[in-house]
Amino acid sequence: MSSKADILKKIKQNQPAFSADLPDLNLLSSENPDVLATYKTVLKNIGGDPVEVTSYAEILDYIKKNYALEKRIITTIPELSEIASLDWTSDDPHLLADVELNIIKAHFGVAENSALWVTDDVLGQRVSPFIAQYLAIIVHKKDILASMHQAYERIGNQQYGFGTFIAGPSKTADIEQSLVLGAHGARGLIVFMLD
Amino acid sequence: MVKKQKKEMSSEKVIPHSEAATRFNKDTERVNWHDETLWFVREKRDKSAHQIPDWELLRETASQIKNNVLSNIHDYLIEFEANAQKNGIIVHWAADAKEHNQIVHSIMAKHEVKQMVKSKSMLTEECHLNDYLAEKGIEVIDSDLGEYIVQLRKEPPSHIVLPAIHLKKEDVSETFHEHLGTEKGNIDPQYLTESARLSLRNTFLTRKVALTGVNFAIAETGEIVVCTNEGNADMGAHLADVHIACMGFEKLIPERKHLGVFLRLLARSATGQPITTFSSHFKKPRAGKEIHIVIVDNGRSTQLGREDFRNSLKCIRCGACMNTCPVYRRSGGHSYHNAVAGPIGSILAPNLDMSKNADLPFASTLCGSCTNVCPVKIDIHDQLYKWRQVLVKEGHTPTAKTIAMNTMAKVLANPTIFNIAGKSGRFVMKNMPGLVNNKMNKWYDQREMPEVPEESFREWYKKNSREAKAKDNE
Amino acid sequence: MKIGLFIPCYVDQFYPKVGIATYELLQKLGCDVHFPMGQTCCGQPMANSGYQYLTKGCDANFIANFTGFDYIVCPSGSCVLHVKEHLHDEKQEEAATEMRKKVFELTEFITDILKVDSIDGNFPYRVGMHVSCHGQRGLKLSQMTELNAPFFSKPEQLLHNIKGLDLVSLSRKDECCGFGGTFCVTEEAVSVKMGQDRIKDHENHHVDYITGGDMSCLMHLEGILKRQKSPIKTIHIAEILNSLGN
Repeated sequence: MSSKADILKKIKQNQPAFSADLPDLNLLSSENPDVLATYKTVLKNIGGDPVEVTSYAEILDYIKKNYALEKRIITTIPELSEIASLDWTSDDPHLLADVELNIIKAHFGVAENSALWVTDDVLGQRVSPFIAQYLAIIVHKKDILASMHQAYERIGNQQYGFGTFIAGPSKTADIEQSLVLGAHGARGLIVFMLD
Repeated sequence: MVKKQKKEMSSEKVIPHSEAATRFNKDTERVNWHDETLWFVREKRDKSAHQIPDWELLRETASQIKNNVLSNIHDYLIEFEANAQKNGIIVHWAADAKEHNQIVHSIMAKHEVKQMVKSKSMLTEECHLNDYLAEKGIEVIDSDLGEYIVQLRKEPPSHIVLPAIHLKKEDVSETFHEHLGTEKGNIDPQYLTESARLSLRNTFLTRKVALTGVNFAIAETGEIVVCTNEGNADMGAHLADVHIACMGFEKLIPERKHLGVFLRLLARSATGQPITTFSSHFKKPRAGKEIHIVIVDNGRSTQLGREDFRNSLKCIRCGACMNTCPVYRRSGGHSYHNAVAGPIGSILAPNLDMSKNADLPFASTLCGSCTNVCPVKIDIHDQLYKWRQVLVKEGHTPTAKTIAMNTMAKVLANPTIFNIAGKSGRFVMKNMPGLVNNKMNKWYDQREMPEVPEESFREWYKKNSREAKAKDNE
Repeated sequence: MKIGLFIPCYVDQFYPKVGIATYELLQKLGCDVHFPMGQTCCGQPMANSGYQYLTKGCDANFIANFTGFDYIVCPSGSCVLHVKEHLHDEKQEEAATEMRKKVFELTEFITDILKVDSIDGNFPYRVGMHVSCHGQRGLKLSQMTELNAPFFSKPEQLLHNIKGLDLVSLSRKDECCGFGGTFCVTEEAVSVKMGQDRIKDHENHHVDYITGGDMSCLMHLEGILKRQKSPIKTIHIAEILNSLGN
């Protein structure tokens, strides 16, 4: 295509002759003495609910107590098969439109912003954390990192087709800056912090 | 020298910023609300930024990364394209808005699709994609709530992050009542948002093509990152067969790890959130589906060549400069008649069309707050000053102003003339911005003139200074 | 220490008392102060309007008038910033470069060069400080609220020993007043609204006076106050610092 050549030629002519060096990211500190406490505080501030648990059994109990089990619940975690279906990952994603609750597991979490890193190998389907009315994400306490710098160190060269950081429930403030949870994605987010 | 005053008008007629701002200020209550709401966002930004001890270093780091990008963008683009193609992404290049629109349309046409769902992309606003596709018989639905609202009202967004910030909930309620059949008079944001959610859910489930913007494109990996709070970009992209992502070429960053810097800055600067709800990394299409990336120039390579203004391409579109701008808060986004409003818009727009946007660099007091909040340290207010010099030299200022300035320059350069002018007619009083007490004087509309003292400082000094007194005593 | 007193053209003609206060104050602080009679204007009104290329004459005149001083001191952050950033002369660029380093705004000159921490005085009023953008963000006379950095304020520091002075803490500490040079007439609606809002903040804190280091901001605010028939008055910081008289 000629546009590509033209654009690149013009850029080459016009970009600064000297190359500015890339900065040293190690100068940015990632220290946080209490990542768990920070994680919980930040998550609450952005509308999510942290729940500390010691086992999958506790997670099962919590869901049984707090969610309508007759509605559609999906998961990618075999330990939760008692309350959630596992056999949806190859379906047409549009068929997930009626999902009430989706329970997935994150690779890790980040204390400074409460974000959780998930990729398509733990999502089942890319749309699953967005299309469900409610979302629950399990993360091991030992996998909560201080900052985004550590997060990308952890991601490193990880291979994925799709990955996303999820921080709190979907939200909007587009009407007079009034915060409304549940814009297009999940209306609520529970984070099970597992020992 | 100043070029001959340009007679020909730009292709598009626009209302000058000052005139639109005057209209905006007719409704004082509304201006107060607009100002206070955006100031509230600025305060949230401050609170959030001040919680990060390294904040200023983080800004400096981001700035340095972007400087590196600007000086290596040619190679990064080639690297990005190669990696994206390896990942199975189809890459297109568009020299201008027209070519961008044609490419998007050609993808739609190839798939024989007449409907598109679109998440926020200021680039498509800049290119007027919606209008173009409408002419081709293609229906576009904007899925970001703010954009959805303004689209229903047939208005452009007034802010790059908060597209409907110029509207009150009563306005939204009326619009939704008309278009979505919501209860008349129900102004509850929760209710109104829920109605949009229901309507747009159906849209997401039925569209085969989804278009999104791009926040960051990573040369090292060929992936793109799209940030939203609503989840609308993801709902669209993961349910569609074809995902088209449009980006200005300046969205590139060198390596994935640099996202750590930018994602820490973006949402904190924009709204005070620690991060957007979703920061989605698209690297490969789903099996059997397509991802297209359209890389757009549209004047950016020209801006890259303007040494004084190239830094504007570092912008990550957080909108912090708008929220802090005392002029933007009191004139509204539409007064800038450009897809990107506010201070950053005022340094980007003249590059696109100098004649049409000659007023924008003057819509500022050069207070400098924009530069201080900018997460990538663009010298916005200095560029506004520099654009003024360019616009004058290119002949985009009124002839009368040029004549007045020439007279002023002559008088001020010559103390003798200045003193004569000062004595006989108080030169400064007549020539200081509008300090003439008559009906033509805009100063006097809402302000009193300063009182004229009996003697000027220099007259006092002649009589009372130590030197003068020493002489008297001789 | 030989000081060239640089008085902005509009201060010379409208606010001689500010020039007098500056002159007297600097003398009290032990400076040998001279006002070069041939000075006119720094050229900022033209430069900020986009006509910087027309300021060559002003620049040459400025250099001619202010050569031979140890320092050049001016009671206006805005005019000082203009000189610091834009004073050039092809024929004597070295002199221009030297001069850009020698020019100081009044309060920073007192704190940084004279090393005076505070000044005695008497001003028994409630006072709001309007920090001018050029003084603050341009000359860094005080910390800017946008930045994550420790607070300081050179002008405020100087007011600490003024007896009776009750300095209020404004809601928006460093919002622009909307003067902006020719902006005040070309964008009259926004300019006035900004000024009114700035005044409102001071009103909400029940001030008697609005002070600041830039008479241009204060002239704009004064114009609005008078139109509103407000009891609030404006006063340049030099006048407060010189309140003890001779």
